[in-house]
Amino acid sequence: MYTQALNIRPDSGERQLEDADLTVRFQARIDAEERIEPNDWMPAAYRRTLTRQISQHAHSEIVGMLPEGNWLTRAPSLRRKAALLAKVQDECGHGLYLYAAAETLGSSREELVDQLLSGKAKYSSIFNYPTLTWADIGAIGWLVDGAAIMNQIPLCRCSYGPYARAMIRVCKEESFHQRQGYEIMLTLSRGTPEQKDMAQDALNRWWWPCLMMFGPPDAASLHSDTSTLWKIKRFSNDELRQKFVDATVPQARILGLSLPDPELRLDEETGHWRYGEIDWNEFKQVIAGNGPCNRERLAARRKAHDEGEWVREAALAYAQKQRDKALAA
Amino acid sequence: MPVASISVSDTPLLRYTLRRADDALILGHRLSEWCGHAPMLEEDMALANMGLDLIGQARSLYAYAARVEAAGRDEDAYAYLRDVRGYGNLLLVEQPNGDFAQTMLRQFLYSAFIDPWWRAMMDSTDATLAAIAAKAEKESAYHLRHASEWVVRLGDGTQESHRRAQAALDALWPFTGEMFEVDPSERELIAEGVAIEPESLRAGWCETVASVLAQATLAVPQNDWMQKGGRNGHHTEHLGHLLSELQYLQRSFPGAVW
Repeated sequence: MYTQALNIRPDSGERQLEDADLTVRFQARIDAEERIEPNDWMPAAYRRTLTRQISQHAHSEIVGMLPEGNWLTRAPSLRRKAALLAKVQDECGHGLYLYAAAETLGSSREELVDQLLSGKAKYSSIFNYPTLTWADIGAIGWLVDGAAIMNQIPLCRCSYGPYARAMIRVCKEESFHQRQGYEIMLTLSRGTPEQKDMAQDALNRWWWPCLMMFGPPDAASLHSDTSTLWKIKRFSNDELRQKFVDATVPQARILGLSLPDPELRLDEETGHWRYGEIDWNEFKQVIAGNGPCNRERLAARRKAHDEGEWVREAALAYAQKQRDKALAA
Repeated sequence: MPVASISVSDTPLLRYTLRRADDALILGHRLSEWCGHAPMLEEDMALANMGLDLIGQARSLYAYAARVEAAGRDEDAYAYLRDVRGYGNLLLVEQPNGDFAQTMLRQFLYSAFIDPWWRAMMDSTDATLAAIAAKAEKESAYHLRHASEWVVRLGDGTQESHRRAQAALDALWPFTGEMFEVDPSERELIAEGVAIEPESLRAGWCETVASVLAQATLAVPQNDWMQKGGRNGHHTEHLGHLLSELQYLQRSFPGAVW
């Protein structure tokens, strides 16, 4: 049910001077790798950072249902149809789970969803790209979920307990999705010439946006420093991006597909694959709302929300009637 | 050589199995259309869940149909390579989602029939159908409960939800009679105990419907004119559009493996 706020704290405002002892003790717990739990004391900025990160993550799961949902009715076999529906359902489950984790920090799901619908909150830039062919479903599973896993595995050790525990479950499902996506790509790349072209075209279109999923280069990142200190973030954007590239290059080889980067080369000294310049201007534009599908994605979420309003009202009205009856009895 | 459409042998058991598979697939497909667009995330989950159950039932039935026909086909051949006239699903399940009330009333009217149907099919003399029924019955029991709860909430919720629920019920009602239709090819199967006499489920269906509608403060429609034809491929115009989407890739790339 679409609940009202749980555990809303009275707005104390940000205390200018947080208790110095508490802050020191808090950092000591973090440094000792202890988990912070909802009722523990935490600095207001820690709470705010996590609320933002977890809710953005939840929004990404929910908006992320749309590009893949675009192929639910056109999946090419019953097995693929069932797998895709189960996958999109998993994403929805992740969203719910993450909203619940964010609620433990004192913001209601309703508030957080309103931030998404008003355009105030961000979600992952990748979901503002269109799914044009069936191969995009393979590419999303392989690359987008692959990139998400790179990001999320370290989050299983995040200092905030509810988020860390949510990530353990989410990562298990994402690994499964990634294998499914890769298997779609494998089938296509071993299929007819048209299917192989479809797979290559999808890879060409999704590769660079996937590299952008890790966020701006370290030199330009706004949030990393405190997040690292608080052990919310364990690796930098560039480190995670490099891990992803290193893992993906051999996978593309097995598929017999080429990555759309003429500058890609193995650095013999470090063993890392060096990649070409990312178009950060494109990233900025997509984040600013100018990606190919930003408007459609938000419009679809708003439409679902607006058209569902009478249903949610009916459920509340019915529940109220039942309570009134119980009281009268 | 890949073919554009298949023509299926016309034997009673095959026809019977395919018709029920088509019901499950088409309704499952309709439910999948909601995914990402439902009134609340919990319903995105629930609708997808029911859709998955139905697609799973369809796959079991199509796989059995393939064994019965023994023409070297698989589940996808039946789903993707038959056109509108070859589909034998009920008109009820192909009706568009409409608003949430229409979707839930459709689910309710169907589940109130199919849940006892599956339960009765557990005693089918056909061991495969009985085994499929044993699994499907658990799923349909949940679908019926979930849909019934929503019918009551919507009917007895706000004025607007009541109005929408009643309108959905009135629009769908003429498609409910077809569930109890039997054609001559099915008579033999009923005599052999493979299939069940749907008439035997009518009293129970009427009772479930009357009881849930009463709780929902909705009026049982008085219109007793019933549409039929789906079982013999005489569909509403909606099915062709649904199939053109569902079958698009198989039609565009004949013979490709996905």
